[in-house]
Amino acid sequence: MTFELSDLLTLLPETVLLGITCAILIADLFIPQRSRMVTYLMVQTALVVTLLLLLTSFAGERQVILSGTFVRDTVGDVLKIAVLLAAFVTFLYARDYLRARNMFRGEYYVLGLFGVLGMMILISAHSLLTIYLGLELLSLSMYAMVVLQRDSSLASEAAMKYFVLGAIASGMLLYGMSLLYGVTGSLDLAAIAEALQAGRAPGVILSFGLVFILIGVGFKLGAVPFHMWIPDVYHGAPTAVTLYIGGAPKIAAFAMLLRLLVEGMPGLHEHWQAILVVLAVLSMALGNVLAIAQTNIKRMFAYSTISHVGFLILGVLTGTDSGVASSLFYTLTYVLMAVAGFGMILFLSRQGFEADELDDYKGLNQRSPWYAALMLVIMFSMAGVPPFLGFWAKLVVLEQVVAAGMTWLAVVGVVFSIIGAFYYLRIVKLMYFDAPEDTSPLNPNVEMRMALSLNSLAILYLGVFPGGLLALCQSAILP
Amino acid sequence: MGIEKIIFYVFAALSVYGALMVITVRNPVKAALYLVFTFFASAGVWILLEAEFLAIVLVLVYVGAVMVLFLFVVMMLDINLAQLRAGFVRYLPVGVAVAVAFAVMLIMLVGGDWFGGFAPPPPSPAEVSNTRELGRLLYTVYVYPFEIAAVILLVAIVAAIALTLRRRSGVKYQTPGQQIAVRRQDRIRMIDMPSEERK
Repeated sequence: MTFELSDLLTLLPETVLLGITCAILIADLFIPQRSRMVTYLMVQTALVVTLLLLLTSFAGERQVILSGTFVRDTVGDVLKIAVLLAAFVTFLYARDYLRARNMFRGEYYVLGLFGVLGMMILISAHSLLTIYLGLELLSLSMYAMVVLQRDSSLASEAAMKYFVLGAIASGMLLYGMSLLYGVTGSLDLAAIAEALQAGRAPGVILSFGLVFILIGVGFKLGAVPFHMWIPDVYHGAPTAVTLYIGGAPKIAAFAMLLRLLVEGMPGLHEHWQAILVVLAVLSMALGNVLAIAQTNIKRMFAYSTISHVGFLILGVLTGTDSGVASSLFYTLTYVLMAVAGFGMILFLSRQGFEADELDDYKGLNQRSPWYAALMLVIMFSMAGVPPFLGFWAKLVVLEQVVAAGMTWLAVVGVVFSIIGAFYYLRIVKLMYFDAPEDTSPLNPNVEMRMALSLNSLAILYLGVFPGGLLALCQSAILP
Repeated sequence: MGIEKIIFYVFAALSVYGALMVITVRNPVKAALYLVFTFFASAGVWILLEAEFLAIVLVLVYVGAVMVLFLFVVMMLDINLAQLRAGFVRYLPVGVAVAVAFAVMLIMLVGGDWFGGFAPPPPSPAEVSNTRELGRLLYTVYVYPFEIAAVILLVAIVAAIALTLRRRSGVKYQTPGQQIAVRRQDRIRMIDMPSEERK
């Protein structure tokens, strides 16, 4: 193989992010605790610099470099930009929460940045090897972040479950990959797709390998029946970490689905479609029904994540370009809403108070009409009420499912979204029609107020004018 | 059946035996030792595949370093064997049923017959250096995954330190710098004493 200097240029965003992260890791050691703000600012600068590097070379020609292990294409760029933005907002929201809980240390940010790097590697993966390595880099950072609050037994339990189940899922994924490699003779996704298209590989082994790969992917996405870890981890982790896990990694999980199934195994479409249908229906059913029973808002969001993952899978399982584009739109929408939702929990929490019970939202309207209105936007959007963004996301996905000739599946999706609307609207009822139990003033910092307002207004704005984002998603997927 | 096949089956059988013992023996120290045994047997198989460097590294790194450390940890931890064994009989039938069903499926579905699509690579000539080839591949074709693996190890170190490092107050510790800088006058006091007579 020849090593071109231009290859490094294509890889520049990742390289720069890694370099700055390592520099922060060392610099953080010499920064005293009272000026930890410096670390925070360096971390945000790292994200902004990487974002700018991506934007300057946005939507260039599709390039596969470094012996077919790395691909740079438009959809990858869109996903990476979304990851960086989500991480930026996450770190901003998390700052005061971490400071109040004595966790405002470099580790959260450094591990967070390494996780972002893992997501970017996963998004740009063009070989089974890089998919696995990117995934491990992301997962390892997240395992450690969950247990950063070492003295909390809830967090330790969550981290232990997450780690053990995650290791098993990785093992399953690796076994599936090894079978796939054994019959196609290549780790390169393009070569695998070609070998499958030509029908050179025996079908039994392929479906066997496919099942194992789907178990691994299903676990990372949190689709039923591989969802066990989600409620415990979301509930047990400090809210700042839950916000991180619930946001950007969903984009990476979508990228994994896209690279492995849509790009790597289009020849096995009817096989994986059947399995994904089951995963999607189960996720939508179980997620929405169990969310109703929750009294903890973090747990409720966890089950709501599971149901949203079901919807996200719906678009991918059609296997068409426009179907995948609708899933991409859904993923970006979901992450925007999830970050805002967890941001709201952080907004209401303060020293010694987590604000993670549903009752903590009672009478929010009397305490602060503006933030109650923002929460209303988030909840309506998650429930899929027009004209908010969540409605369009559900609509485009359902449209593609119907276009693929699976009207019954679309009906199932609609039914479960209506069931799901109940628990979102319950929060609205608590905020507007109940008397507040807790009347302490809300005083987060100015940046957080502005970012949260912008984030929620973006849901409203994009809901009224969804055309731009939709067109971006379509142009990213369609050749 | 050539000598190569006999050697292969001997080493393969030994490694399967070792692996089985790892998960069935009750004493964790013995389990760790069986794991060492399994590594030795797999190293034998790798030598047969002309991967001499890997085989030696497996023995040196895994057996020599990793597993010895592991043994230390296992011996230092006070593992309650009775607690480990609790529920063994209760879960045994389900476990055996799942394992047997899984093994039968694996043998039926992923037997060796399916993997015949590729001819084995020709044996490399004697002058090819295994180590050099590995190094060349790692730093050219697989340089990107190799670097990512390095980053993963870095994250593992950061995570391990972040989770275990505690700054306790009131801990007694030694400062080697001060110990080295110590002078004779600091430690020894010469006293003039008249000698006493024995009675």
